[in-house]
Amino acid sequence: MLYAVVLFAPLLGAAIAGLFGRLIGDRGAQLVTCALMGVSALAATIGLSALGDPPTTVRLFTWAVVDGFVAEWAIRVDGLSIVMMFVVSVVSFLIHVYSIGYMAHDPGIPRFFSYLSFFTFAMLALVTSDNLIQLYFGWEGVGVASYLLIGYWYTRPQACAAAIKAFLVNRVGDFGLALGIAATYFVFDSVQFDVIFANAARLAETDIVVFGARFDTLTIIAVLLFIGAIGKSAQLPLHTWLPDAMEGPTPVSALIHAATMVTAGVFLVARFSPLFEYAPDALALVAFLGATTALFAASVGLVQNDIKRVIAYSTCSQLGYMFAAAGVGAYAAAIFHLFTHAFFKALMFLGAGSVIHALKDEQDLRRMGGIWRKLPLTYGAMWVGSLALVGFPGTAGFFSKDAIIEAAWVSEAAFARYAFLMLLLAAVLTAFYTGRLMFLAFHGRPRDPELAAHAHESPPVMTVPLGLLAIGAVLSGWLGYVMLDPSGGFWGGAIFTQADNRVLEEIETVPALIKWSPTLALALGLGLAWLFYVGAPALPDLLAQRLRPLYAFLLNKWYFDELYDALFVRPALRLADRFWRGVDLGVIDRFGPDGVALATIEAAKRAVRLQTGYLYHYAFAMLIGIVALLSWYLLLVRG
Amino acid sequence: MSDWPLLSLVTFLPLVGATFIFFIRGEEEVVAQNSRAVALWTALVTFLLSLLIWAQFDPADPGFQLVEKSPWLSGLGINYYMGVDGISLWFILLSTLLTLICIVGSWHSVTSRVKEYMIAFLVMCTMLVGVFSALDLVLFYVFFEGILIPMYLIIGIWGGPRRIYAAFKFFLYTLVGSVLFLVALIVMYLETGTTEIPELMRANFDPGLQLWLWLAMFASFAVKMPMWPFHTWLPDAHVEAPTAGSVILAGVLLKIGGYGFLRFSLPMLPEASLFFAPLIYALSVVAIVYTSLVALAQSDMKKLIAYSSVAHMGIVTIGIFTPNALGLTGGLLQMISHGFVSAALFLVVGVVYDRIHSREIAAYGGLAERMPVYAAVFMLFMLASAGLPGTSGFVGEILVIVGVFMENSWVALLAATGMILGAAYMLWLYRRVVFGALVKETLRGIRDLRANEIAAFAPLVLLVLFMGLYPQFFITPIAASVASLSERLMEVQVQLASR
Repeated sequence: MLYAVVLFAPLLGAAIAGLFGRLIGDRGAQLVTCALMGVSALAATIGLSALGDPPTTVRLFTWAVVDGFVAEWAIRVDGLSIVMMFVVSVVSFLIHVYSIGYMAHDPGIPRFFSYLSFFTFAMLALVTSDNLIQLYFGWEGVGVASYLLIGYWYTRPQACAAAIKAFLVNRVGDFGLALGIAATYFVFDSVQFDVIFANAARLAETDIVVFGARFDTLTIIAVLLFIGAIGKSAQLPLHTWLPDAMEGPTPVSALIHAATMVTAGVFLVARFSPLFEYAPDALALVAFLGATTALFAASVGLVQNDIKRVIAYSTCSQLGYMFAAAGVGAYAAAIFHLFTHAFFKALMFLGAGSVIHALKDEQDLRRMGGIWRKLPLTYGAMWVGSLALVGFPGTAGFFSKDAIIEAAWVSEAAFARYAFLMLLLAAVLTAFYTGRLMFLAFHGRPRDPELAAHAHESPPVMTVPLGLLAIGAVLSGWLGYVMLDPSGGFWGGAIFTQADNRVLEEIETVPALIKWSPTLALALGLGLAWLFYVGAPALPDLLAQRLRPLYAFLLNKWYFDELYDALFVRPALRLADRFWRGVDLGVIDRFGPDGVALATIEAAKRAVRLQTGYLYHYAFAMLIGIVALLSWYLLLVRG
Repeated sequence: MSDWPLLSLVTFLPLVGATFIFFIRGEEEVVAQNSRAVALWTALVTFLLSLLIWAQFDPADPGFQLVEKSPWLSGLGINYYMGVDGISLWFILLSTLLTLICIVGSWHSVTSRVKEYMIAFLVMCTMLVGVFSALDLVLFYVFFEGILIPMYLIIGIWGGPRRIYAAFKFFLYTLVGSVLFLVALIVMYLETGTTEIPELMRANFDPGLQLWLWLAMFASFAVKMPMWPFHTWLPDAHVEAPTAGSVILAGVLLKIGGYGFLRFSLPMLPEASLFFAPLIYALSVVAIVYTSLVALAQSDMKKLIAYSSVAHMGIVTIGIFTPNALGLTGGLLQMISHGFVSAALFLVVGVVYDRIHSREIAAYGGLAERMPVYAAVFMLFMLASAGLPGTSGFVGEILVIVGVFMENSWVALLAATGMILGAAYMLWLYRRVVFGALVKETLRGIRDLRANEIAAFAPLVLLVLFMGLYPQFFITPIAASVASLSERLMEVQVQLASR
């Protein structure tokens, strides 16, 4: 019952604000959605008391039953879903409140809050699902909410383009997930988690023939599911939608494109740990792609000038850390980082939103600077978030990120050593771009004195959520550390690890150098950033000129967009035109109906000549016809 | 109550209404008003009566129910024979519902020859219900061909400028199919001496003969679906048809092909159906990928939706020829869902066509500002067409993909690409029509949905969501019939494999 409140309160809010928005007005819509979100967050907080209990499932009603295909609407309550419900509803509540201030002058307030609450409902439906179909419902539900919110300012062409891109790139991932569901049903004869997990071990090291080749059963399923995760969590090579998604309002970026939705892929891998544990090849792929994305996205983040895009690439990179953790078998560390990241990244985004709000919607870092005295609360909160992001000792990131790097070090899984190196390098870059962002945004002399002169601190409705998230950005590390308990007791069986997976135990005993290496990396990165943007501000331009190709390569995001445009988008459109004009009109119609019509007209012209009008011509023709038919019947049919 | 010939009542009540309208005389305006009123009441009562069919239907019984049988052409031993089973049940309700919606939806938009228009739609309703409940070959064929008459008239009289070409193209395609289908029916009669469909389902035709019969029927049903490459009549027919004509055409007429496969090909010719399944898969996969791409290239809204119909029917044919229960159920549900969604999408186009008189996508842009309710309704059906979970469009699609994966994973993979392409053309359509800034002078004064338009959309909105959230409601009545068909096909499959 408690968890039903968590799940359905946001849906109720979305429905009221969406359907009766004009009736209850802006204020009414804000109040209703925020209040119901508060109820949901409160219920989820109370629900934390069930941590450690064995999993339970509340069944609501049947979606569809065909043969063994049984899909039900249900609320699965176990360690994973309890943690996710808490993160989603609490962060969502804070962002709802913040949005009252941030969106105050927007003409479409009820619509915005309705979308925001609907998103939260879909995300909660995703994390509480007990079968693949409900998961898929939530999965695409958050996708459509994301589409609606990115395209919220629908009169802007870039927003529309970004919204469509987000939906389509996600659909590519969902295509994999849908096939994963099909393959799961094919193998397990069920789409229910309990059945799948109970039979996973039995199917380890068996193989099946799909797509004309022989695959390890669990590996192929895990890889197909993981393709969905790649899309949703913006990992290479399906990451291109996330930076563009920053066209949406900033609270949306904080909630959907940082704290919650994009982490769904990590959740999926952790949820399916009973399957991934028996699919080492799939795990290797997870680790490889995660670690590579972590470094790639951090490298692009170094040179971006839009404050939100820097944070977006940072999100992409941090998600890479989470996947790398899962890939080396430390699922708990992945979820722990998901947990802390939700707070500090939401904080970073909302802080950036506060800056943007203060500077009349300016998002370009090159026009900021020199405003830290004017926005003291935002400034302080942003530093807390930044330090958590770079893993400064004592903050949340210090616990969760370091755990991942250590896990990569101790793990013996494939690509673990590779992951360790990539992640450590990415940690340096993370510290650098974070420092760059902070120094450019707040320090130095105002680069645009006009803007800076009018800068002002945001109202309490925005700064209070910032403050609360700042507390979360520190405390979540201390409180969440129990998740790494090697006994797994915290999860109550929701995360499965094989007996020989001792990663969580071994990270307690890593050498001191490894233990402190992330901290060294952060000192190096922050120091460099200070040198570049405070100590010797001429240095970045000089370097950009000297290393022109490298700079352009990073600034253009490794040219992924251009590549995909040339490889997929343009050929598809060309093919579309060719099929339509070339085949449909040029072949099928030409030789089909139009051709037949032409031939008929021709034949008719000739037939006209036969119609002489003389009766005896007709009679003669009929006689011949009858004789011919009779002979055919007698000779061929009878005989 | 159960003694009533309920099926005949639902079938012929619209015809009675049409007859009443036929005798309305007087001033043109008065005739129009009265015709509308009579048509509306007739369609409403017919729809409510068709709900009784659902209420009396026993989901546990896989056979035919509410059966009516009386001598008709007694000299030939042909009976008037009607009945309903799980396969036909929803199609009957779909026909009566969409007729009602068409009449409500064209309340204001049709002003010329209102009397004849309403007659045409009511006659159409009779033919549609008849085709889905006829259990005798001759009776079936009468309805099957009879449908074309009101459809020709609707396109030919109330259609656009190129209506003659469109009607003609449709005729050419259909002609070949109909003749071959008739030959197949005659051969089946000669072989078995009966024209009763339930008898023929038990006939066990010689496998060699089955192949020929199957191909003859295929020629007819593939055109009706339409399957690639017999689809090029559809975009033209839709473009020229008036809105309500498109609604009925996409909503119900396209389902007759699928129904034909399920009623004739699969149960009567199971060996041939399984033999030709790879052909169907191949054509369906081409339909999905190819017509989705073609839809992307369209600049005319109705053509785009017409091509999307062909792609969705590709999913349907894959499902129908997947012998397991998931595939069959998925194919059926996809047809029902497409009945709601494509009907609604043509209404969506009709709304702006009535106001601006253009089907060109380029003539629009930024409608969301002036038409928020319209934008929301369009959004829902756009997403349903793209198969979003929680809407009806998802249910059939996922069941078919899961079902066919067990038969052939490549087909599942290629069919699933439709998820990406389908989203692409729908989102792009929506973006160009509804999103963006409203800059065109012609659109400044455009008004949001009228009351009769909202009334036409409301049931479809509710059904699309209801079916998306609780598809079991739609599965329960069809499950028994599907299971018995699936069992039969699986048996044959096993036999064929052992041979």
